[in-house]
Amino acid sequence: MNVAVDAHLEVTAQPVWYRWPVSLGSFARRWPLGAAGMVIIVLMLASAVLAPWIAPYDPLETDFAAQFSPPTTAHWLGTDGFGRDLLSRLMYGSRTALLIGFVAAFSGATLGAILGVASAYCGGHIDLMVQRLVDMFLAFPIIILALAVVSILGTGISNVILAITLPMIPNCTRVVRSSALAVRVMPYVESAHAAGCGSARVVFRHMLPNVMAPYLIMLTAYVGQAILLEASLSFLGLGVAEPTPAWGLMLRGAAVEFAESAPWMAIFPGLAISLGVFAFNLFGDALRDAIDPKLRTL
Amino acid sequence: MHRYILHRLLLMIPTLLGVAVIVFVLMRVIPGDIVEMRFAEGRFFNQELVEKERARLGLDRPLWRQFVDWLWGVARLDFGLSMWSGGPIRHEIAIRLQLSLQLALMATVVAILLAIPLGTVAALWQDTWIDYVVRVFSIAGLATPSFWLGILMFLCFLIIFQWIPPMVFTPFWQDPWQNLAQMTWPALAVGYRYSAVAARMTRAAMLEVLREDYIRTARAKGLGQGRIVRHHALKNAMLPVLTVIGLEFAFLLGGLVVTEQVFNLNGLGLLFVQSVARRDYTLVQALVLLTASVYIVVNFGVDLLYAWLDPRIRYQ
Repeated sequence: MNVAVDAHLEVTAQPVWYRWPVSLGSFARRWPLGAAGMVIIVLMLASAVLAPWIAPYDPLETDFAAQFSPPTTAHWLGTDGFGRDLLSRLMYGSRTALLIGFVAAFSGATLGAILGVASAYCGGHIDLMVQRLVDMFLAFPIIILALAVVSILGTGISNVILAITLPMIPNCTRVVRSSALAVRVMPYVESAHAAGCGSARVVFRHMLPNVMAPYLIMLTAYVGQAILLEASLSFLGLGVAEPTPAWGLMLRGAAVEFAESAPWMAIFPGLAISLGVFAFNLFGDALRDAIDPKLRTL
Repeated sequence: MHRYILHRLLLMIPTLLGVAVIVFVLMRVIPGDIVEMRFAEGRFFNQELVEKERARLGLDRPLWRQFVDWLWGVARLDFGLSMWSGGPIRHEIAIRLQLSLQLALMATVVAILLAIPLGTVAALWQDTWIDYVVRVFSIAGLATPSFWLGILMFLCFLIIFQWIPPMVFTPFWQDPWQNLAQMTWPALAVGYRYSAVAARMTRAAMLEVLREDYIRTARAKGLGQGRIVRHHALKNAMLPVLTVIGLEFAFLLGGLVVTEQVFNLNGLGLLFVQSVARRDYTLVQALVLLTASVYIVVNFGVDLLYAWLDPRIRYQ
């Protein structure tokens, strides 16, 4: 009897994120939409990693004999104004999208989470100040922040990542802080204090693991948002610079000018953006339902 | 309640002041100023002229002085003159606000008309094919860039109808048809994304409300499904939806930079990009303060609306 009670305690004392479904099969049965999203994400990852081997052409190779070629057996998705193969550019473009998506989402959500937990932990004046700062950045127009970062530092992948990460931090701080406020009054935090743990140890070892649920949910949602924001910035000419293959960049200029005569140039890159973001959103939704059904409105 | 309102109103001041400091510093950190931008392409470029122009615009004064003067103007609701055009900023913004406000309002109407029925239906038939269709439709709305949707719309018009929407903005009261022929399409493209956000919130809120005791009571006393949904569930589920709609509306006013570009609309979003590119400090500062104020006021308004709509909520 004792053993059973102890085992039960053991399970409930674990942070929420240990409790998600272990087998992929059961995940797919309960959340078919999430599984569909996961399949698309895996395909995107595969095409990004395997691009040098599976892409039919070099994404930068121009072929003026095949300018504006419609989809044919030689060029499955057609070519652009420089005769570059669209399929190959989309495959290499998924590298840019995923790199920016993952790095920006990870840094934005992580910095936000640390700030949120620290703010909730410290309380008092520090909490109040962090919250006012968060208010300011939430009220600040995102696109201006991104525009300013790119204007100050110039275009390029690392600057675009910074421009996308910055606006994500306050949002995540706010969400994680509200979860952390509940965690702070938990008995295990108190006992950690009593056991003589320092502030840093309490924050990183005891509080952070217990706000993993909102953190993971924000993280997956942010990957999609980052890909979308990167596409918008590149489309404005403020993101990744030519000739790097990037989906938003492929929609810029000639794709719009020649949309009537060469619609494939405008259709496929947009489809790639939508499908990529769609997949991350589907997966994120299922993950949210799986980890913590109470967070439905996040 | 009055104390709460006063407290919130007072809190707006440090937030706006912070926003003012951020935009002021940010703009000055961006390399190059308006004088360089203006003379960059001209041939008559000499240092003396540059200095004279900087002095005329007040850019030679110490930074703190520029900030204090500007803030003093803002406090008296005088945003000054645009550095680029020389015209009053109030006027520059007013002509664009007309377009942006109309677009934001039309997109909100599209979003509400789509989101509330869709979200309700999805919640009522949770985990059936109807729910899945609505969810896929709304997640797709979040994933599709509205500028791409715009490009696709233009393509359809061109290929199927051989027609393109008018490119020049006509105010609604001058020629309603011409105005709607131009504005309907961006409103649909933006409204779709917006409705996706609101539909998801409606579904989530409805799911929560439908499990409440008072819904069971309503069913037990024999009320029909329609009456329960309209009178008991929807009213209670609308609060979080209102927040989303309010905040998205605030975002739409200044955030439609890319969509405006695709639809060739001369709204606030385009003005934002242009004025940053021209380093028109005064105009950017006024625009940022305007959008931040709208965001803060809408946020505050939604909170007050909460208390008004739900008597259980009382702010201390």
